[in-house]
Amino acid sequence: MEITDKTIEYVAALAKLELTQEEKEKAKTDLGSIIGYMATMNELDTEGIKPMSHVFPIHNVFREDVVENGPDRDALLENAPAKKDGCFMVPKTVE
Amino acid sequence: MDITKLSALELGKKIKEKEISAAEAVSLQIDRIKEKDSEYNCYISVLEERALSEAKEVQKRIDGGELADAPLAGVPIAVKDNICTKGIKTTCGSKILYNFIPPYNATVVEKLKAQGAVIIGKTNMDEFAMGSTTETSYFGITKNPRNTEHVPGGSSGGSAAAVAADEAFYALGSDTGGSIRQPSAFCGVTGIKPTYGTVSRYGLVAYASSLDQIGPIGKNVADCAAALDIISGHDKKDSTSVPTESYGYLKVLGEDIKGMKIGIPKGYLGSGLSEEIKRSILAAAKELEKQGASIEEFDLEAVEYAIPAYYVIASAEASSNLSRYDGIKYGFRTEDFEGLQEVYKKTRSEGFGNEVKRRMMIGAFVLSSGYYDAYYNKALRVKALIKEGFDRAFDKYDIILGPTAPATAPRIGESLSDPLQMYLGDIYTVSVNLTGLPAISLPCGTDKMGLPIGLQLIGKHFGERDILKAAYLFEQTRKEVVL
Repeated sequence: MEITDKTIEYVAALAKLELTQEEKEKAKTDLGSIIGYMATMNELDTEGIKPMSHVFPIHNVFREDVVENGPDRDALLENAPAKKDGCFMVPKTVE
Repeated sequence: MDITKLSALELGKKIKEKEISAAEAVSLQIDRIKEKDSEYNCYISVLEERALSEAKEVQKRIDGGELADAPLAGVPIAVKDNICTKGIKTTCGSKILYNFIPPYNATVVEKLKAQGAVIIGKTNMDEFAMGSTTETSYFGITKNPRNTEHVPGGSSGGSAAAVAADEAFYALGSDTGGSIRQPSAFCGVTGIKPTYGTVSRYGLVAYASSLDQIGPIGKNVADCAAALDIISGHDKKDSTSVPTESYGYLKVLGEDIKGMKIGIPKGYLGSGLSEEIKRSILAAAKELEKQGASIEEFDLEAVEYAIPAYYVIASAEASSNLSRYDGIKYGFRTEDFEGLQEVYKKTRSEGFGNEVKRRMMIGAFVLSSGYYDAYYNKALRVKALIKEGFDRAFDKYDIILGPTAPATAPRIGESLSDPLQMYLGDIYTVSVNLTGLPAISLPCGTDKMGLPIGLQLIGKHFGERDILKAAYLFEQTRKEVVL
């Protein structure tokens, strides 16, 4: 399958990735061959077959809406690349 | 006697009988790791001090009689680095999580600790479990201890290599498309992927949630059964975990398999399979026949489409699951940025490796409007047909037998340049994940280069006991494979 520059830029944007020119070229070749191969699925007639997302007939699992985990803000913030006053710190998003 | 050569159950027994203490076992294991791991690189983190102090605590519980029924109490275990361990770095083999220290334990880790297991280290893996060679890790490649010019397989290559190198008595891996079974085959050890839902995924860093499953890798079948006894069970923290009556694995080993029906898919022995592996697999089938099982070849439908369907579904789920890595809450964050969007993009572009980026883009593609039906929905339909094929096969057979991989371990550096070619090596493993079935890989011989060959036994849903029984009997009769 022919993958265009436009397609690569589109999927990179969806995946929130910035690609170098070299990476774009490699991605075009690789995705072209992989997605082309994926299209071999079309040889198989699936008319009338329902898409199966889960192999077991399990349904929604309900539980009482009760808080079981304690407040552990400090523990969770330990991993933050930047934090301030008990909050995650992010770049300014609103002017 | 070299303690590190013992199986996990043998060591557990010696600890119970006070021939050796849990702390001594940890020390000897650490010595072995120090001696060998600079060469093999099985571990990302080795937890020397922590493991020693945990071993002393476990010893007190053993001495107090608390762990009388825990056969692996005090035995050190290695855990794949995508399974969360509280207070211990869990990287997924990725730069983007290079400094992540989970504030909680995965359910399997809690279960191991309850049974007195001592975690000795976290093992290397393909980045986010995406790969078949353990060459995509940010923390360097792992080498196959059977022949260091070859890869150990992947993605649980660190776990399988550690067990093969006696750097671990047993280990946990995870299997999304073969990531326990294929490295077990390549390293000449035994690994089982349980039925989807048998082991809780709570605390397993998600790759493709509908396919991921944690399982043990061991030196033999009994060690795997004992480990599976520990980690299996329903968990309300994982809504896909399934309560069943079929737990209890170690206790069935040694039962006969007379009258058991084993099917071999003709397509599993066809083109693409190396002759040596084919001979070895058929010899194993003969051995099981001698044990009283019946063997028959049959046609397994639609299975040739398992690889494309698998890579569509796995990539789609990965692109969704991995969108959480944004440089805000944990892990790596880029240094130079302007504005929030750039934090996301630069963090992800610098933090993820090539194979992960590739799969996220494939996933974004197959889920994008215009292609969703042609790829993602099509793959889910193909999956339904593959499952029907297996259902029909299991109406007739108790076990499906075949190879784990079409070839033995490739040389280091030969796989990554052509990703599609690498994906095709997953031909015998991915359909098991798509259908949620349990499967075990165990050694059944070596090729002319001395590289191990893996035999795969696939069971019915929750049929772990069948495949473990058969695997155990085969292991008993197998001529000692020179590894």
